[in-house]
Amino acid sequence: MRPAGRGPLDSLFFTYPRFLAHRAAELDGVRARHPVVIAGAGPIGMTAALTLSRYGIRSVLLDRKDTFNDGSRAICIARASMHILERIGAVAPFLRKSLGWRYGRSYFGPHQIYRLEMPHSEHEKYLPMYNLQQQYIEQFLWEAIERSPLIDTRWLSDVTAIRQTADGATVAVTTSDGTYDLDADYVLAADGARSTIRSAMGLRLKGENYEGRYVIADIRMSNDFPTERRAFFEPAGNPGSTVLIHKQPDDIWRIDYQLRDGESEADAIREENICARVQAILGDIGHAGPWELEWWSIYAANTLCLDDYKHGRVIFIGDAAHIVPIFGVRGLNNGLADAHNIGWKLAYVLSGQADARLLDSYTPERRGATLDVFANATKSTRFMTPPTRGWQLARQAALSLAVDHDFTRPLANPRQMQPYRYADSPSVASDAASTFDLGPAPGAMAQNVRLDCGGHLLDLAGDGFTALLFCAEAPDASQREMLRRLAEFDSRFKSVIVTLAGSSQRDSCLHLAEPKLSSQGLSLRPIVPPAQADASCAMGPGHKAQDDSVGCGAVRGKSAWEGSALSVAVDDARGELALAYAATPGTLYLLRPDLHIAGRWREANVETIVAALRTALGAPT
Amino acid sequence: MTPVASKHIEDIYEALAEAIDRAGPENEAVFLTKLALTLGAKLDDADAFREAVRIALANPGSPSAR
Repeated sequence: MRPAGRGPLDSLFFTYPRFLAHRAAELDGVRARHPVVIAGAGPIGMTAALTLSRYGIRSVLLDRKDTFNDGSRAICIARASMHILERIGAVAPFLRKSLGWRYGRSYFGPHQIYRLEMPHSEHEKYLPMYNLQQQYIEQFLWEAIERSPLIDTRWLSDVTAIRQTADGATVAVTTSDGTYDLDADYVLAADGARSTIRSAMGLRLKGENYEGRYVIADIRMSNDFPTERRAFFEPAGNPGSTVLIHKQPDDIWRIDYQLRDGESEADAIREENICARVQAILGDIGHAGPWELEWWSIYAANTLCLDDYKHGRVIFIGDAAHIVPIFGVRGLNNGLADAHNIGWKLAYVLSGQADARLLDSYTPERRGATLDVFANATKSTRFMTPPTRGWQLARQAALSLAVDHDFTRPLANPRQMQPYRYADSPSVASDAASTFDLGPAPGAMAQNVRLDCGGHLLDLAGDGFTALLFCAEAPDASQREMLRRLAEFDSRFKSVIVTLAGSSQRDSCLHLAEPKLSSQGLSLRPIVPPAQADASCAMGPGHKAQDDSVGCGAVRGKSAWEGSALSVAVDDARGELALAYAATPGTLYLLRPDLHIAGRWREANVETIVAALRTALGAPT
Repeated sequence: MTPVASKHIEDIYEALAEAIDRAGPENEAVFLTKLALTLGAKLDDADAFREAVRIALANPGSPSAR
């Protein structure tokens, strides 16, 4: 909602584009079959389309609106999501516009009782969190979509019905010119919390609704408090309420506050009541200057999801599949991970490089992440809005003790989004017999490491599967054979050879250039023989790693082995890569296209590792 | 001595909140007093118990009343 006299898209800081409807060829009798139809051009649908495009797969992206979503909505982008945005060639404008952060504070009345410090290290490429209004998130994704000829976006096109067949699905698309059918191999339902496709298929979200109601109000004010998450329990100006404050670009501030017991929603969302509550909150934080109301909404905490995210050829992503509480900023971030996860898997299946069974790993991986979110969100929601007298008293006691003592302070931890480990995925190798005591386990997100000459380890990963092989010297014959075999299964396969500390081979920083995949994501990454790749040295060590760059590794001028796949070598002179991956000579990690670990081994047993890659590509175990 | 942060604090907090609800509003005070006595007996250290009492009395529940 917006103040009186302003329309739903009259923002103080953002000019909404208005997209035109184009008459669909299907209305004039053309009937084509599309690999993927995506319902919903919000951030999740757009990310799915961009992921598919990155892997050379066409999609039709449909939305009933003629512009982006109204209001600032989801504003926190987690580190893992920045990696996804990088992998779909869209991260640069996000870095330019957003406000990165890693700290927060919680207060009980006037007392600071908790200092939030998000996990971070010098080895990370991205900060734990970035604040950015959803309008910009959608705009920046849209700018990437406009560069791709593989995405056919149709605005003012509403999916109103769906029908499944044995080998595909057909959606009915309603436009002002009439209704037409679109045939697809797969349909991605990214049509939000009130998903039409979900209803049309008779599916229901299951889970819990919580008592607490929150107002989300965005205001414009000039205030120099740093970008941190602030939580206020029982603030003087708002007794009986919990308040959250986040800073956004363009002097916009997000203020979330809890409705008091007995306060009706209808009263709460009236403009004069919003203004009175916001003024009181600004009094609490000592802001005396002018401010303007930008947008507001009301919100209830729910933990709801589908039992299965995949139904035949229809796959649910984002809010269409799950609704999570706002505390912990997991709605958008989990949706982006859904879109990327199903995006690369669908692309591999549709291009014939993976078995369709790979898609069966989507629900266990992404619904598993949702259930993990629920476990955390349930705890943080109980702390933010205690549901019963028992929880209220326990929280009051914990907050009061936290004024002077550490021992109850961890209870005020907001449990912000952390990457989820796909431990139970059918396409991830078992770690049961592993001798690793440290390093990322199978299913976990790969660990980043800052490289000596600039850039980061994960910049070196390809769009496809990446083998991270740790060697004392150059790979031996059996290791070379293994890499050659792995490359047979994935046209985008890449190997990163890490020469462990103590090796005699030390060259200066040189880049092994690979053909830079344009951010349009048009083409499959071609396999370039090492000789050709060595010949062109594109980027110097000073190159700032972003988007599609290969980043920086200390790379020897000659590829150390003569396999057919792309290879890059890194000198681990300071032993930091070995430490992060608990690696010894012969250790191999297999990274998936989403940078999660498909498996890890102490030594290269060719058959075991090839089998693991095939499993990661959907082959039955 | 102030307790150190316990890795069980989450479980303890949840068990306490749920138990207060089970006790119900009429029996709340008696339940909490019985709980304190039971924990005191388990602690078996009168000085440590007095110290815990001092910590719990130090701040009232409402932040503005301090």
